[in-house]
Amino acid sequence: MDIVVLVKQVPDTESLVQIAGDGASIKKDDIKWVMNPYDELAVEEALRIKEAKGGSVTIVSVGPQKTQETIRTALAMGADKGIHINDPLAEGSDSLATAKILAAAVKAIPFHLIIAGQRAVDEDNYQVGAAVAELLGIPHVSLVAKAEILDGKIRCQRAVEGGTVVVEATLPALFTTQRGLNEPRYASLPGIMKAKKKPLEAKTLADLGLDPAAVGAAHRKVVVKALRLPPERKAVRMIQAETPQAIAAELVRILHEEAKLI
Amino acid sequence: MAQGVIAITEQRDGKFRKVSYEVVSAGRRLADGLSCPLTAVIIGSGVEALAAEIKKHGPDKIVVLDDPGLADYRTDAYTNVVADLVKSLSPAVLIAGASAQGKDLCARLAARLDAGLAMDCTAVSVQNGAITCTRPMFGGKIFADVQIQGAPQIIAVRPNVMSIIEIARESAVEKPAVRLGEVKTEVVEKVMDSGGKVELTEAEVIVSGGRGTGGNFKPIEDLAAAMDGAVGASRSAVDEGWRKHADQVGQTGKVVSPALYIACGISGAIQHLAGMSTAKVIVAINKDPEAPVFSKADFGVVGDIFQILPEVTEAVKKIRS
Repeated sequence: MDIVVLVKQVPDTESLVQIAGDGASIKKDDIKWVMNPYDELAVEEALRIKEAKGGSVTIVSVGPQKTQETIRTALAMGADKGIHINDPLAEGSDSLATAKILAAAVKAIPFHLIIAGQRAVDEDNYQVGAAVAELLGIPHVSLVAKAEILDGKIRCQRAVEGGTVVVEATLPALFTTQRGLNEPRYASLPGIMKAKKKPLEAKTLADLGLDPAAVGAAHRKVVVKALRLPPERKAVRMIQAETPQAIAAELVRILHEEAKLI
Repeated sequence: MAQGVIAITEQRDGKFRKVSYEVVSAGRRLADGLSCPLTAVIIGSGVEALAAEIKKHGPDKIVVLDDPGLADYRTDAYTNVVADLVKSLSPAVLIAGASAQGKDLCARLAARLDAGLAMDCTAVSVQNGAITCTRPMFGGKIFADVQIQGAPQIIAVRPNVMSIIEIARESAVEKPAVRLGEVKTEVVEKVMDSGGKVELTEAEVIVSGGRGTGGNFKPIEDLAAAMDGAVGASRSAVDEGWRKHADQVGQTGKVVSPALYIACGISGAIQHLAGMSTAKVIVAINKDPEAPVFSKADFGVVGDIFQILPEVTEAVKKIRS
């Protein structure tokens, strides 16, 4: 089974995110960049399917030069090859434009299954996976906590509010990951050494036959007007009393009488 | 020219999800701001009777897309019928809930229609005919104000955030013929949690536990039950295997917006704080007075959760009885 995994490089979730001088983007220096955590699940799942059924795992990612590190990480985990769309004209693309770029890259390679993270934990758009599937004309299932390959189709346990829905989709298909799908492996030292020799192709928009007028910062359909920090809360009010009982009584009184929440 | 707002409601097994009322209410405010009509859309099988219920929230028109093939949510079938409706109504705005279903539908629909999508918005406003959507990014560390180019503008609003209004109107109900189109997915089974558990993203109250619970969530569950709330967990509590992944609150879990969030034995990793930052009131209970969680809380208690929580539960029960 030939599997494509879509990955994105994002700021580590422990990083403090700061707004840049333009007021509409974030400061990109002094940030630790990592593979999107939901994409780690996608890579792991692809590797497990390949280990069980044979085939290949190809990593596809759009981003600046340093995105290579993230693709290499996936190769070190065990993926076979990488495709890196690295083009200044693609920078600042919104989710739909990013999906157009990824779909164009994926179209050029044979695949039975695509796996993507449910969302990237930077812009939290939850959009790219579904959009790539739509642009390729294949079904998708999102928020998948368990996937099983059957004859000509895939059975997915999709996490919804208050439960799980089991959905089957005909292959080729795309699914997006939910936590609980698996525990991603760490790249081993031999894996890291091997990854250095694995093929990593760099492509431009022109290589993919894409019109730059459909993508990039200047052609966003979703235009960021301003970024703000969340509104500051007032300083915390500490509740003190002699006994746990008295503390509880005071807390509940405040929530009941002042905040009117009980 | 594109005109009007359509609000996509969400039902499961013939009952509206609460987010439906929020979406139609937010749609009403948008339609008023844009001086245009609001159409509420109900999708399902045998769901026409739901129209009477949604009327209360002020749509000018209700469209029921009814077909046995729409009984359960399936991305492709729902996308096909909504895309057909959009083509026939050419609305300026399509608004839906950013639930598991709504996020999935909006994402696919946006690609189908080549339309801009503002996902998981916590505020929507209109000024001089232009809509600005506010959406948390980085799990809530940053808020972005965005505007969408083109039509329809697709807006998915975060559950539990938009206020519900009641303004009954005489809204006409239409039931157009639907064409399911090509469908490559099938729902083969539904396994729902029993016992009417409250879903994290829809809960008014969340009581959350972290490493400080040592794996004992009993006092947290008891307090949540006493307040008709939901139980959440920090990433470390989930990584320890104490709670299911579905309970995790944070940048890599669920981002929640309850009226009240009670963080118990949670030190406050930056990615957890982000995921709860849009809660209206935050209470933190922790042994360590230096815990970062206190910097994001409205009310704080330094103490042992195993001594304090049972007392809080008793006090809550007393008030509510």
